[in-house]
Amino acid sequence: MKSFRGEALSWELLDGVVEVSLHREPCNEIGSLTLDDLEQFVGALDVLEEQAHAVIIYSELKAGFCAGADLRELYRRSQELARSDAAKGVRGYLERIHRVLNRIDASPLTTIAAVHGVTFGGGFELALVCDLIIADKMARFCFPELRLGLIPGFGGIPRLKRDLGNAVVRDLLLTGRSLNATKVQQVGLVSQVVAEGESLRAARATAAQLGKFDRRTSIAAKKFIKPIPYEDLREEIDIFCELFAQPAVEAGLRKFVESEDALPYLP
Amino acid sequence: MGTPKATLEEVLTLASAHFKVPREKLAPDDDFFKTLGIDSLQALDLLTRLEHHFHIELPDYELQGVSDFRTLAERIQARL
Repeated sequence: MKSFRGEALSWELLDGVVEVSLHREPCNEIGSLTLDDLEQFVGALDVLEEQAHAVIIYSELKAGFCAGADLRELYRRSQELARSDAAKGVRGYLERIHRVLNRIDASPLTTIAAVHGVTFGGGFELALVCDLIIADKMARFCFPELRLGLIPGFGGIPRLKRDLGNAVVRDLLLTGRSLNATKVQQVGLVSQVVAEGESLRAARATAAQLGKFDRRTSIAAKKFIKPIPYEDLREEIDIFCELFAQPAVEAGLRKFVESEDALPYLP
Repeated sequence: MGTPKATLEEVLTLASAHFKVPREKLAPDDDFFKTLGIDSLQALDLLTRLEHHFHIELPDYELQGVSDFRTLAERIQARL
């Protein structure tokens, strides 16, 4: 399949580059719809990897790349189920999202996240799966999970630890503060910062450059330089599920759900 | 480093230009959420623009409870 149009995302193979566009209003919150579409994408990767050399993930929405997990759906589903079933449901959801993100992380294709605006929580984690992050100067990055009594659950901490010194990881995680693209480039997470509205164009130019290299060499280089922290990723799921059972999480999620604000946990 | 008065004026001018609200309609003690008609997402956008403009890093938690231009400018001044 060379193209796909889902409810939350679409992809298209063009000149050796798979462009994955996120388009779920209001800001690409990752819930069951997005996960279903991501699983479709990962299911097609084996074939796409024979035909492409790069993947670009970007958002079509003005608000930003992705605001993170769909907390309203998470809260609603957890309220519908008995406590033990809710815990199983959360673990099952995390296992699925980890399988998808680990597969993208390990793909022999060179992956680029072209981000702008809000790149929060699960959205930040999706970007961290990619080999390169190219950010619009107005992009803003944050792990707000501690404000809800949780930790990031889509592989954020192990992947931050893979790429950064622990002091920055602790700052991002423990303060829950948001950082602009320039700062995130300074600490080493973002490879290019571009003018407002230019991240996709820059990602396409970068993908075109990657296509000039021998694929086998690029694959070997990626495998050598980017190990996947499987053990830490497993541990993250366990910690998340343990915390999810705490009353503070229900209170934090309820506060979020009852607010009409887009990012009620800020500032 | 600019004076506190100059910083406040730059904050008002930037907010006016970006959110397309006439400068004369913005006063230092206005609630910027109400005057500019913005939500938390747009406030974050304003914060990013202010950080770039003043070449500073302003942690969002320092803006907890801050909703008027004057206090916002004071927080920025403290980082210049």
